Amino acid sequence: MTQTAVFEQISGRSRDGIAQRLAADLRDGFVVNLGVGIPLLVPKYVPPDVEVILHAENGVLGMGPLAAPGHEDPDLTDAGKQPVTLITGAAIVDSSLSFAVVRGGHLDVTVLGALQVSGRGDLANWYVPGQNPAVGGAMDLVAGAREVWVAMEHVDRAGRPKIVQRCTFPLTGRGVVTRIYTDLAVFHIVSGELRLTECAPGVTPEAIRERTGVPFVET
Amino acid sequence: MIDKFRENALAALAPIPSGATLAVGGFGSSGRPDTLLDTLCDLDLRDLHVIVNNVGGDFTGIGRLLAEGRLRRVTASFPVLPDFYTEYFAGRVEFELIPQGTLAERLRAGGAGIAAFYTPSGAGTMLSDGTFPLGYRPDGEVATHIPAKEHREFGGREHVLEYGIVADFALVKASQGDRKGNLRFRLSARNFNPLAAMSGRYTFAEVEHLVATGDLAPDDIHLPGVFVDEVLLKSELSPRLGVMTRRSA
Repeated sequence: MTQTAVFEQISGRSRDGIAQRLAADLRDGFVVNLGVGIPLLVPKYVPPDVEVILHAENGVLGMGPLAAPGHEDPDLTDAGKQPVTLITGAAIVDSSLSFAVVRGGHLDVTVLGALQVSGRGDLANWYVPGQNPAVGGAMDLVAGAREVWVAMEHVDRAGRPKIVQRCTFPLTGRGVVTRIYTDLAVFHIVSGELRLTECAPGVTPEAIRERTGVPFVET
Repeated sequence: MIDKFRENALAALAPIPSGATLAVGGFGSSGRPDTLLDTLCDLDLRDLHVIVNNVGGDFTGIGRLLAEGRLRRVTASFPVLPDFYTEYFAGRVEFELIPQGTLAERLRAGGAGIAAFYTPSGAGTMLSDGTFPLGYRPDGEVATHIPAKEHREFGGREHVLEYGIVADFALVKASQGDRKGNLRFRLSARNFNPLAAMSGRYTFAEVEHLVATGDLAPDDIHLPGVFVDEVLLKSELSPRLGVMTRRSA
C-alpha cells in the first residue's frame, strides 16, 4: 500500500489552476521572470487589466509568446532556447545587464518550480544528486528577485511532502521563498514563518497538514 | 591605418597555443561563433580551458573539442550535451559550475579591471561551500572540488567572493562589424558576446556582415572596437554538418 492511499483522495487545483491562482496575484507593472514547468503556464492567465514585463535571463525584457511556426528567428530565443517574440516596447540587453536586473532588485517576482521548499523558505530546485548538475540562472534569480514565488504540486510523485522541515536536495538559496502556490493551498513565508493563507476549493487545513512536512500557522 | 579585418580564419587563429584559456560568446546556438569554433577545431590544440555558458547540443565546435579529448576544463552554468557529463564523471574534463549571472559578471569584471566582487548568488550552496566536484579520477572518485568561496555579510545578507576572468583569447559573434572592430549585435544573440569580448586579452569577432567604417553610427555601436583585435566573416559553411566523432580509446 502506498503512502498516498493512507489519506482520503482529494482533488485540488490542476497545474493550470495553480498558474491561474498565482497569476491573479500579479500586479500591474510587475517585472516577472518565469522558470520552467507550471510557471510557464502563468502568462495566459494574467488578468486583462494587468500588464507585466516578462524577463528572460538571456537578455530579453518584454518577452511575448513563442514564435509561430515559420516565424522563428534564431537570434531571438527565451531562456529555454525556444524561439520567442517581443512585445511592443521590449528591450534587449547583454547577459551582465540582464543579471543586473535580477540581482539589483529590479525584478519584482520570479516564479519557479521546486523539488523542495523548507518552512523557512529554503529552496531546492537545481540539482538531483546522481543526475547531471547544471544551474543556469536559478541561484541568481532567488538571490536577487524581490520576491520568489514557487508554483508546484503539493506532494511528489510518491506522495511525499515537498514542503519540508529541511531540504534534503542541494539548496538553490537559503530563506529566499516568499510564497508557495500548490494544488492544495497558498502559503506566505514571512520572517521565516510558514503561513497558510488560503486553501484550494474543497480542501481542508487538516488535509493540507497531513501532506505538509512542517508545521504552519493558519491566518 | 587601423584595419582589423582578416580574410583567413585559420591563419588568424593559428597563434592560439595549446593550454590556452578561451572565453566564448553565445547562449545555446544563439550568438555562438560557429565559424571561429569550427576553425579552432581544425587547429592541433590540446588542454584548452573554455569559458562558455553552454556546451552545445551536438558534436560541432566545443562538442567536437570535447569528443576529441582536447578540453582540460569547462567553466559554464548550463552544459547541455549529455556526453559532456560522461567525460566529466570519467575524469577526462574538469567542470567549474557557476551561476549564470556570476559567469556574466566575472567576464565583465575581468575585462573592466575589477579583480573580484561580492555577489549573493550561490551563497550557502554547494557551488560556494567547497563540496562541488571540479574533477573526478578515472576510478570515479572525486579528485578535486571547486574551492570554498569566501563568504561575507553585507546588509544582513550573505555574499560570496567571485573573481574576474581574464581569458587569453575570446571568440565572439556579432551581426555587424567594421574594420575598426566596432560591433553591433542582433536581438538576444547579444547575450554573453560583449562580455566575453571584454574578458579576452586578444579577441576575435565573427560577423555576419562586414560594413564600411562609418556605417555604424557612434550611438549604435554596442561594443567599441577597442575590445576587438581581429574581425572575420562568418562562413556560409558554419555550422557545418559535422560527422560525429568520438574519442577512440
